[in-house]
Amino acid sequence: MKKRSYEEMTHIYGRIWILCALGMIFAYPIITCIYYGAWPGWKPVLQGLLGVAPIFWTVGLIEVLTFVPMLGTASSYLAFVTGNLTNLKVPAALTAMENAKVKPGSEEGEVISTIAVATSSIVTTVIIALGVALLVPLTPILNNPAVKPAFDNILPSLFGGLAVVYVSKNWKISVAPLVFMVVLFLLVPSLSGSVGVLVPVGALIAIGSARILYKKGML
Amino acid sequence: MKFDPNSSLLFVLAGAIIVFVIAQSLFFLIRAYRRGKALGIDTAQMRKTMISTAVFTIAPAVSILLGVITLSKFLGLPLPWLRLSVIGAITYELPAATSTANALGISLSETVTDPSVYTAIAWVMTLGIFPGLIWVPLFIKKIQGGLMKIKNKDGKWGDLLMTAMFLGMISAFLGMVFADIRSGLKGWIPIFVLLFSSFLMGICGILIKKYNMKWLENYALPISMLGAMVFAAVITPMIGG
Repeated sequence: MKKRSYEEMTHIYGRIWILCALGMIFAYPIITCIYYGAWPGWKPVLQGLLGVAPIFWTVGLIEVLTFVPMLGTASSYLAFVTGNLTNLKVPAALTAMENAKVKPGSEEGEVISTIAVATSSIVTTVIIALGVALLVPLTPILNNPAVKPAFDNILPSLFGGLAVVYVSKNWKISVAPLVFMVVLFLLVPSLSGSVGVLVPVGALIAIGSARILYKKGML
Repeated sequence: MKFDPNSSLLFVLAGAIIVFVIAQSLFFLIRAYRRGKALGIDTAQMRKTMISTAVFTIAPAVSILLGVITLSKFLGLPLPWLRLSVIGAITYELPAATSTANALGISLSETVTDPSVYTAIAWVMTLGIFPGLIWVPLFIKKIQGGLMKIKNKDGKWGDLLMTAMFLGMISAFLGMVFADIRSGLKGWIPIFVLLFSSFLMGICGILIKKYNMKWLENYALPISMLGAMVFAAVITPMIGG
């Protein structure tokens, strides 16, 4: 039998794990319905879905298109199961590759990205599990009004630091998407709820401006 | 049977799925580590990656935990615990729960006691997000094949393309920070926090380059993030947010 490459094996293992995960995720509502004999009926589920599915399914597809190239093979199979991509897994993987001085898409990048995503997933799961176990003593601390602003501002805290690393190195590519986004949010502040949809818009603008600058020999 | 959104059955179910996901993470972690060794990557580098990623993950993980607590007031603990540990994010689960509650005409302020409301929400959450798991195996080879083609044709452009994609993502989040500035000075808090985080990252950069503090490289991001969060907690009461 022909020996399969590491890359091919990653796809095979990835598919097995992701399909099992899919089964497990569906098991929760199915078992709950059977155990309590409480099937909700089509109507409320479809009505509820109508409010979220058009956006979620589109964003889900866009996330796959945007993040797979950055994350690499094994990390993609893992990160899409463990979730929290934009606020955690993608910055973790990219920062790890940056620090290790390896490129996304290279064999070394694949290894470092997978280590980062796996570690981040394990640490997150453990912290949440500990938090759930210790919920009673922890709740007053976490709900303390003095702590709230810190967590309300976690995204600017994360992206401020990240921006310095990436924008300073590639400021020419950054100008167009940055100006576009700042102006857009100033004009339509309510869009902050659907920032997920705007990620690919930003990516397309960045790619377009990078292409123009590259063709003109400015990069 | 009396329904309780915190019943031990639901805890066991959620726990089993979460253990499965930890197993998946461990599987890929060990496999990548071995592969790294085979490729000749320094094991010290791989260990550094693990430690710095773990440190970086703490604050976002606690913020995810806050999401679990928020949702648990309405849905009990097991379902939010499961959804935010696996696949989901608060940005998905809260709208999914709200949309279903609206469809059923109930309020999100009390704990669910009706099992069919609970299962309706669980189904909407599951059906709302599962396509992501199908897109990956379906499209990953095509996406990577396309990317390889671009890279083989023009390697420099291939790298620029990846950088541009990530910059697009950063831009969307940086833009979002400006959404509230019309609400007066407190709307500026996120911008001040962003600038402070950038400032801390800048200082780390100087320390790394000018003073050769190489170890700092792996911790610069968690330091700027945590520093900026503390900064937010300090300035918000001063500004009156």
